Amino acid sequence: MQIKSPQFKENARIALHNVELQEALGQFKHGFPVNRANAIKRLPEFEDLRDEARDLKNHIIQNLDIYLEQFEDNVVKNGGHVHWCSTAEDANKAILDICKQVDAKTITKGKSMVSEETGLNEYLEANGVRPVETDLGEYILQLRDDHPSHIIAPAIHLNVNDVSETFHEHHKRPKTGDPQALMKEAREVLRKEFVSADVGLTGANFLVAETGSTIIVTNEGNGDLTQTLPKTHIVITSIEKVVPTLEDMSLFLRLLARSATGQEFTVYNTLSTGPKRDTDQDGPENFHVVLVDNGRSEMVGTEFQDMLRCIRCSSCMNHCPVYGAVGGHSYGWVYPGPMGSVLTPKMIGIDKAAHLPNASTSCGKCEEVCPVRIPLPKMMRHWREKEFEKHLTPKTVRFGIAGWAFFAKRPALYRWLARSSAWFMSTVAGKKGRIKKLPLAGGWTDWRDMPAPQGKTFMDQWKAASSAKQQAEK
Amino acid sequence: MSKADILGNIRRGLKRGEATPAQKAAATRRINAHKATIIPKRSQLDQAGQIQLFRDMASGAAAEIIDIESLSDLPSAAAEWLNKHDFKTLVSASDQCLNELDWSALGDIKREQRIAQSGDLASLTTSMAGIAETGTLMLYSRPESPTTLNFLPDCHLVVLRESTIVGSYEDAWQMVREQNPDGMPRTVNMITGPSRSADIGQKLQMGAHGPCVLVIFLLKDV
Repeated sequence: MQIKSPQFKENARIALHNVELQEALGQFKHGFPVNRANAIKRLPEFEDLRDEARDLKNHIIQNLDIYLEQFEDNVVKNGGHVHWCSTAEDANKAILDICKQVDAKTITKGKSMVSEETGLNEYLEANGVRPVETDLGEYILQLRDDHPSHIIAPAIHLNVNDVSETFHEHHKRPKTGDPQALMKEAREVLRKEFVSADVGLTGANFLVAETGSTIIVTNEGNGDLTQTLPKTHIVITSIEKVVPTLEDMSLFLRLLARSATGQEFTVYNTLSTGPKRDTDQDGPENFHVVLVDNGRSEMVGTEFQDMLRCIRCSSCMNHCPVYGAVGGHSYGWVYPGPMGSVLTPKMIGIDKAAHLPNASTSCGKCEEVCPVRIPLPKMMRHWREKEFEKHLTPKTVRFGIAGWAFFAKRPALYRWLARSSAWFMSTVAGKKGRIKKLPLAGGWTDWRDMPAPQGKTFMDQWKAASSAKQQAEK
Repeated sequence: MSKADILGNIRRGLKRGEATPAQKAAATRRINAHKATIIPKRSQLDQAGQIQLFRDMASGAAAEIIDIESLSDLPSAAAEWLNKHDFKTLVSASDQCLNELDWSALGDIKREQRIAQSGDLASLTTSMAGIAETGTLMLYSRPESPTTLNFLPDCHLVVLRESTIVGSYEDAWQMVREQNPDGMPRTVNMITGPSRSADIGQKLQMGAHGPCVLVIFLLKDV
């Protein structure tokens, strides 16, 4: 996938002017967040579950090597294979090698963000294997040569009309604007792919060390058809997804659906453990787990370690005012929103992704709704610090911060400047108390008026209040 | 050498070398304990309460529930449902309890014991358990119950015995372990209502790729 994160500002500007996108985002805000809030109301233990989930993830990270090796042992014991892949390229190559072994021409795919991260589809196509996305949203995007703008609702940026046009063009059937009819159409078209594919590839939400199982969580059932029908099932997943036991997995499942879509439970939670048994009538004959690192192991022991707790529920982006305004594509790579603003700089480099951790109002909503309590705003600040250390921050910003620091270190001067600026701004603002244009603040005043400071500065008020209090005490 | 690199990075981050035998033994002990974390109180009820909770949650997830008094009523109940939808074939699991039944009530409808194929309209399976907490069915793959039956047909009919309704997922995992002492079956399916998607214009539609309809024949055996 082409990296467009360096153009975040331009992407955001275009997104803000895209009427259809703004409509979709407007609708989106009333969906997942409301459903989540209602689901939590029905589960009084939710906050305690979050604490347990945070602690359990921390325990797992402290023992990550142990649990990963136990997971591998149990996959192998059940007749499966584990492929350890340090990089995206390693993972793509491992998958292509498996495809070659079984002479695969077509590979059906369940939804997998890790495969987006490795750019698997482009790689397979370039090497003569045809990938077919089967998640409805991903399928629509594949037909449009588009990419997900959300980690669990990939086609959230499209409306019914977009889908109608796309299906009409590719399926050569009469055009319809009825979502039910469109979904039926996709169901019929994809059924043929499910049945004829040589390999089925899915992601995994969790890996269970105890049993060597992988689990997928889907509402559509596409992942199940993908992994049940072809002769070979490949799971592409990443190292931080391992959990010790089925009981531990259950804790995360309780949090995942509620945090994501606000459902009590996702429709299909399916555990896969090795290839089909000798006596089974169906199921894949080969079972492979492609275990991707792609920078994650380097996060252990750093200020970004807590990010490894992420269970990809999407709650942080569902509640983020920045994501809600500019949508997922503005972020310019695979992972959008707050979790993307922390992960993307690690995966593509802070030099390319520096805008993302800056595209935050630090309102803290993401941390407030994170089921595993990841301190996302703090980690975005860490990235800003790294950006500054590496001298990647633009000159104007560095100049501005240096100027501010000059005054901040001289309190008397700072207060005088604050007082004069407040007076100047309220004078310029006139009776309405709002400023239409302000030098150096075009980023604000081009879009909305700047409210002028009212009355005295905080320090002046503080002083006045303190001396009044002292008077009263006397 | 990816594996060595990955594990090496992790260990470097944790500021230790390979885990000591004691650390490994502690992890193994933790696994073998199968300790549950917080189990929501909502499902900690007596059996009647759990059955009612299962009904409410499964209905809430858009599953259709049909009560049957005894397993021998299943053929006629299934026939009634299939006739209503004008289905001519029922692809069925071949559990002994199903094969022992008198299926003459099906009349012209054929009951075929095989794996599911594309185009099948209705399938019938049993289930290992019902989980009251969220109205979830738990099934697992066995020679008599191929997994395609659970996903490929348009409608999935499932028999659930009230006696196998448990409170939590944890209770159900314990059942899986007890019924499969040699290790996990190839797949375990937790199913909560019929397939759905909101990927087209954020409008929730039922029947994406899995069954469009989930019917639970709830057998009164307690």
